[in-house]
Amino acid sequence: MTVGPGQAVSNVKAFVRPMGSWWLRNPFYRWYMVRESSCIVITAYAAVLLCGLLRLAQGRLAFDAWRESLASPWAVGFHLVALPLVTYHAWTWFKVMPKTLPFISIAGHRLADRTIVVSGVVAAIAASILVFLAVFLNAPRVSP
Amino acid sequence: MNTLSTKTISIDCLRYDPATDREPRWQAYELPFTDDMSVLQGLQYIKDNLDGSLTFRWSCRMAICGSCGMMLNDKPALACETFLRDFHPGRVRVEPLNHFPIIRDLVIDQTDFLAKLESVKPYLIPREDKAVADGTFLQTPQQMQEYYQYSQCINCLLCYAACPQYGLNPAFTGPGALALLHRYNADSRDAGTHERMQIVNAEDGVWGCTLVGYCSEVCPKAVDPARAVNVNKINSTKDFFRHLLMPK
Repeated sequence: MTVGPGQAVSNVKAFVRPMGSWWLRNPFYRWYMVRESSCIVITAYAAVLLCGLLRLAQGRLAFDAWRESLASPWAVGFHLVALPLVTYHAWTWFKVMPKTLPFISIAGHRLADRTIVVSGVVAAIAASILVFLAVFLNAPRVSP
Repeated sequence: MNTLSTKTISIDCLRYDPATDREPRWQAYELPFTDDMSVLQGLQYIKDNLDGSLTFRWSCRMAICGSCGMMLNDKPALACETFLRDFHPGRVRVEPLNHFPIIRDLVIDQTDFLAKLESVKPYLIPREDKAVADGTFLQTPQQMQEYYQYSQCINCLLCYAACPQYGLNPAFTGPGALALLHRYNADSRDAGTHERMQIVNAEDGVWGCTLVGYCSEVCPKAVDPARAVNVNKINSTKDFFRHLLMPK
């Protein structure tokens, strides 16, 4: 008897368990769902930034109006929700980074997964500090 | 078994008899145990002393054969290398591996996986046949490093029980078979990559994976199937552009 994929090995009545609410079964799946659903907030945050860029192109008045709109309680609330989710999403990218790379060897030694993760996080923190400094050092000293 | 043991533990077992049950049911067992007893030994104690009808797979008792994979408190694990003491004083909930049909009690139907395993051609396909008299195919230690960890797979199916994508879509080739596929594609002595890329590139090949990553967490042999699958997303992309730029 030839048996193909998905076919039962015998005439025994096998029981297939349902997959309903599978993400609630294990903390690992719940964190995965947080990672996946955080992309919605990230998309919204990207849209807010893009909007700022468009307003900047329209001139100073438009840009100032956009900045003012960011001070509304709704905008502050949104950013308070977005910050931890974006941070967590970024962390998961570094966490899975070794899984997306072929083995890297330096002088005949395979680079440990941990080294890849730590280098990514350190680079991200360094880049964030540089951007932060660049913005603050170049910010206008006197408000208009 | 140490008869002086005074500690007892409760094991809740998912039971299913296709002849009499419409669906699985829970059955609780209380048994004495010692600190050196694995969950597998607990199940063997039940079978020998409490209930001879309890059915489960096992063989080597030392995490080599890959037979005794089951869900232990909702996590896929080998029963032979998980100890009862780690659950005490709590209970142990034992279920057959998730995402597979249950044939009886803790025994799952592996047919689907075996067909997938066969489909990835898990054997060396050399560039040209070589007579035995001509010697072996040589390989450097560096070349061996490229596939060694993937060759450690014992087909225990914990990774499939960990993969929700396989549970939601059983047509997905899945972590174990794809890791073994990569084991041969990454082998310098092999020339079968072209044949196996059809499985990699397929809708139910590597692109069925959303990098949940739990397969690599539960793997008892540190095979890291998630890496094998996701590295092949790069290979599949390269393959796509190669065919786009250089159609035969």
